[in-house]
This record gives sequence, structure tokens and C-alpha cells, in this order.
Amino acid sequence: MKLIIKNGIVVTHNKEVRRDVLVENGLITAVGAGLDTDADEVVDAKGCYVLPGLVDAHCHLRDPGYEYKEDIVSGTKSAALGGFTSVACMANTNPVADNKAVIRYIVDKATREGYVNVFPIGAMTKGQSGEELAEIGEMKEAGIVGVSDDGYSVKNSSVMRKVMLYAKMFDVAVLCHCEDLDLAEEGVMNEGCLSTEMGLRGISKACEEIMIARDIILSERTQVPVHICHVSTALGVDLIRKAKERGVKVTAETCPHYFTLTENACEGYNTMAKVNPPLRKSEDVEAIINGLCDGTIDIIATDHAPHHADEKNVEFDKAANGIVGFETALPLSYTALVATGKLTMPELVQTLCKGPSDILRINRGELKAGSAADITIFDPSPSYRIDVEKFASKSKNSPFHGYPVNGRVNFTIVGGKITVRNGKIV
Amino acid sequence: MKLERKDVLGLKELSADEITSILNTAEYMRKIVLSDSKKVHYLRGRTVITLFYENSTRTRVSFELAAKYMSADTVNITANASSVAKGETLMDTGRTLDSMGADVIIIRHNMSGAPHHLAKYVKASVINAGDGMHEHPTQALLDLFTIRRHLGGFDGLKVAILGDIYHSRVARSNIIGLRKMGATPVVYGPATMMPVEIEKMGAETAPTLEDAIENADVVMGLRVQLERQKKALFPSRSEYAKYFGISPGKLKNAKKNALVLHPGPVNRGVEMTSAVIDGDDSVINEQVTNGVAVRMALLYMLTGSEQ
Repeated sequence: MKLIIKNGIVVTHNKEVRRDVLVENGLITAVGAGLDTDADEVVDAKGCYVLPGLVDAHCHLRDPGYEYKEDIVSGTKSAALGGFTSVACMANTNPVADNKAVIRYIVDKATREGYVNVFPIGAMTKGQSGEELAEIGEMKEAGIVGVSDDGYSVKNSSVMRKVMLYAKMFDVAVLCHCEDLDLAEEGVMNEGCLSTEMGLRGISKACEEIMIARDIILSERTQVPVHICHVSTALGVDLIRKAKERGVKVTAETCPHYFTLTENACEGYNTMAKVNPPLRKSEDVEAIINGLCDGTIDIIATDHAPHHADEKNVEFDKAANGIVGFETALPLSYTALVATGKLTMPELVQTLCKGPSDILRINRGELKAGSAADITIFDPSPSYRIDVEKFASKSKNSPFHGYPVNGRVNFTIVGGKITVRNGKIV
Repeated sequence: MKLERKDVLGLKELSADEITSILNTAEYMRKIVLSDSKKVHYLRGRTVITLFYENSTRTRVSFELAAKYMSADTVNITANASSVAKGETLMDTGRTLDSMGADVIIIRHNMSGAPHHLAKYVKASVINAGDGMHEHPTQALLDLFTIRRHLGGFDGLKVAILGDIYHSRVARSNIIGLRKMGATPVVYGPATMMPVEIEKMGAETAPTLEDAIENADVVMGLRVQLERQKKALFPSRSEYAKYFGISPGKLKNAKKNALVLHPGPVNRGVEMTSAVIDGDDSVINEQVTNGVAVRMALLYMLTGSEQ
């Protein structure tokens, strides 16, 4: 099978240039101007960007246990439609992905039925209870690339320190969900004038910042690299910036909703905008964007968190936290960051492709001769409003319904195989 | 006079003109409440359902009597004795009541925004009888009504709202309502019971209790909501009473004969001493009477007819 992508602008993390791309047997074999060879298929990418396949370092596929929200098949279809070719799924499944059996189940099912590459994240602690180390070594053998108790912070600093030291021995990434649950009490949205007016319990920004500071300090003392998940506050960004200046091996991610929306999206008790960490204020949005621009925030992840309509169609206090993100991440990021001139295309590719791949150490996110043929073709021209009903995800929980964006994924190629053609799953 | 709206969910949505016409209608209804024959027919053939997810005596009875005085049929539902206890969602409960022909559903809920959620799914009018820490519009309307009766209007009035502001839907609705009507709400309470950025809702914050009370035309105490608190926000009842409770001595700096209000039920000796509760300037019992009148006015203006 020989495939050639012609006339596109190839964007990598350090340049964008008009090139053709030749794919043979699952590998990129040539990237060059005016490649002229016979091929089984020619894809015309005129007017489009040809990107390394996107890598999502943070998503929830809900399989096993919550297949009514999403499963590996529907989730990876949704990922492919969003231009993602590799995704790392979090461990808060049921049962929790804290042992090799669950990890093998995920890897096997994804290999057999998935539409993109799936790299599981194992739990840090058994049952994500924050008490005892999970079997990180065995999970690594079964296929994990990182550990996280995402959804919860490991509250006990001694346990967290051991997680870091132990994870390092097996060379897996340490992905930290930062939230001081005692301080959060039973908060459901950002603490501020809006939570006061709506009579909802507020989540102080300090909840997140305290744990970011703690995990940075633990990393500094143990010399174990850590990755801070879903950063949402200005001070959070600053803590990470200062740590990097000191040479701490910390990386950080944010999600599209943190640089496009504020707490105002919760008005009218809109449960679609209920997410953890909560949507913050405009000064935070600005700080997140600045953090992406100066490299303090290394990557954009989706935190794709599907929930059934019944879990959102309830009182705000009762509603589940989370936003589905695969199918909106690239258009939102392009519209908010590139179309506005804040990031260049290569910088965006760094945050969505090579950056996350480097953090997970999975050797993806590049587009050059010899790399895996994971490729996304993105047409930046169409202007439209997001329609959640068109999502392939089983869940439609997104505050972006009707939100205007630019750009659409036309093709997603995974391991040389066309998975999305003209915006449709193949 | 009708309200051109389906629901009454909060004072935030009501205009000053709407509030004024509710208060005017309540004046008329008050005469009925205080008359010998408390029966008119404005709601004949209407069904009013009270749906209470929280314990309540005065608000529920007040609504029920308001409906009965106007000849409505009433049904009372409490959450722990209904299909709610079997796990039915609020949306489904609402649709069920709607299908049975409810004209008005009066809901009290421990979660903020629950009435707004319900209102989306029912054809019946929804009246918010208190939602979480958000709003308690009929309480604020009866407070406004009581203030207007005694002081003639709202322009330039200083209204001190004291105590547990954080948990208080009464405080929030009053802040919004008083501002709309031209008065100045001033809030004070223990720092652990003050919501952030309350001044953005239109309240002034006072640095001390004395500052809050000084020259106030109205002093409103709030109930310490012991049931709503997850953790102790103050060390003891006696310390609360000493530093934050309202006593005759602390009231001296208010205007002479400043009105004393409290939404009830009162924790005697905690947020207010008995001398204040039972004092000459207290209108706490009158508030209860006025509550029935205001609720009659609302029900009438939402669904009533002159027959």
C-alpha cells in the first residue's frame, strides 16, 4: 500500500513548508517537494495543513465499566474525527485500571477494535484511593506509558513522593491531577462573584495551586519529572514558570476550554460547563494563553470526559464534571490561538503532537521520513458552528454547541491507513 | 394586573415595576387575610402543588393558605415521602405533576438552580420557595412589603443584613430586591460566613457590626443555618452571640425605631436576643402575615382570574 499526499503545507514542530508526503507500509518514507511516484492512492491536500497525527495525553475512554458514556470503539472514532492518532486514556474506569489485567483488556480491545493508537495510563495507587502503590511495574509490562490518579489528587504527600520515586524506576510519566479536596469542600464551580450570585459552592483557585506547588516541590526534591494536568489558573501557570526557571523537570498541560471559556459559561445553571478544574475568569484565560505562548504550558490535552445526558440533565450540584473534547480540540485551538496570531502553526503542532509525545515518551508526533505514518490533514478555511449532534462520541456533553470556529479535519491517517476520509470515518 | 411571565424564580428576573405591582396587589390581599371571611375565588379550578425537598413549616403553610384562601386545590409533596425517595429525577417528577394538571408548582430545594431546572420541563408556573443558597424571592418580597408598609418607600434607606450571608438565600434575594427598589443593603457577618465578591451583587460590606448598624433604617438578622453547614464556621453559639448576635445594646446606633426583621425560624439567643425578637420595633410576626398576602398576590398574578 502506497499513499501520497500532495500539495499540502506540511507543518512540524519547527517549520511549515509546502511538501508532498509519501507513505508506504505504515511508515512515512519521503517528505519532499513535488514527489512524483506512482501510488495506490493520491490525496490532494491543496489549501490544507498536513500535520503529524495529534497526540492526546489526557482523555477518558470509560472502558471498561462506563460503556454507556463511551467505549474504546466510539471513543477512538471520536478521536480520529478530531485528528488524533494517539490517545492516552486515564485510569478511572470500573474496575480502576490499577492492574495488568485491566491494562491488557484496554490494549487488546484497542488493538482489535480501536481506530487510533491507545496508550493506557495506569493508576498511581490501588483503586485510586491514594493509599497504596498500584502495581506499576506489571502495568508497564502490559503497556502503560504513565501513571495518574486523575480525578483525584494523592492527598498524602508521603504516598505521592513514593509514587514518583517508584514510577521513575519503570520509566513511566507521572501525571498529576492537582486539587486539594479538603479546601474544595463540595464546590461545583469557580469561586467568585458568579458563584456567590448563583448560590453555588465555589472552588477556590487555591485548591489547584496548593497541589501544583506541592507536586512541584516533591519533584524538585526527588528529581523525578512530573507533568501537571489541566492547568486552569494564572497563579498555577506562574508557579510552573518559576519552577522551570529553577530547573525543575516539570511539564504542564491545559485544555481548550481553559483558554476559550470563563465561568460565565455556567450562567443559567448550564451543567455542560461544569468541569473540574472549573472554568475560571478572563484573567486566567489570558494567563493560560500567555503560558502557551512562552512555553510554560507545554501541551494542549483534551481531557475528553464523556457523560450520559442523564448525568448532565440534573440539578447543577448533582451534575457530572466533564466536557467531551476530541472533536472540538483542533478547531478551537486553531481558532483561538493561530487565527488570532498568538501561536504559529509549528508552535501549535508542538503543543498537540510532539510535546505530548515527548512527555509520554511514545515516539510519535513527528512527520519525517522514517516516522510512523500518523498524519492529520486539516483544512483551516471552513467557518462554521460546532454541532454536538454530529459528534461520533456516545456523549454530547459540550458547552461549545453553536460556538463559531474555523477549520476542519479532513483526513486522519493512522499507521498508514486512512481512518477518516473527507471528515467521515472510514 | 398580571405578571407577563410563566415563572417566578428570583428577584433577579423581576423588574422594579413588577415588584411594585406585586407589593400593591399584596396590600389588597392583606385585607383578605385579616378579614373575617378569608375566602375569595380567584384561583377556583386551579391546582397548586407544593413540592418541598427541604423541611419547612412557615413557607409551605404560607403558600398553602395563600392558595386555599383563593379557593385553589392544593397538594403538598415532601421529598422523603414520595417517589423522590425512590430515586426519581426532578425532571421526571415535574413532568408527572404537569401531566396531572398542575397549574402552579411551588418548589423548595436544597440545591441552587433546581427551580430553574424544573421550569424548563413543565408547562405549569414554577415559583421558587427557596433554592439552596441562591434565592428566596417570596421572602424578599414580603420583607420589601413589610418595609414599605412601615417606612413608606425605599429611597435612601439603609438596610443592615447581618449574620450568615454565605448560606443565605434570603440575603441574596434581599440584596437584589433592595437595590432595585432604591435602598442600600449593607452586609456584615463573620468572615467565615461571607461569600466572596458580595459587593458585586450590589451590597455594601461593613467592616464591623457597629458600622453596619449605624444609622440603619432596617436591621435584618439571619438565621444561623446549622443544618446547612458542613463544618463549624464559628467556634460556639455563645461566641457567635457575643460578637455577631444582635442585642438591644448593639441596636442603639441604628436609627430610632429602626425596624427589626428576621426570616425565621429564630435561634433565640444566638443571632438575636429575645429582647430584640420580642421588642417594640420587631415586626417578625407581621412578616409572617405579610408573607401570606405576598404569596396570594403572586399566585393571583400568575394564574388567577376575576370570576
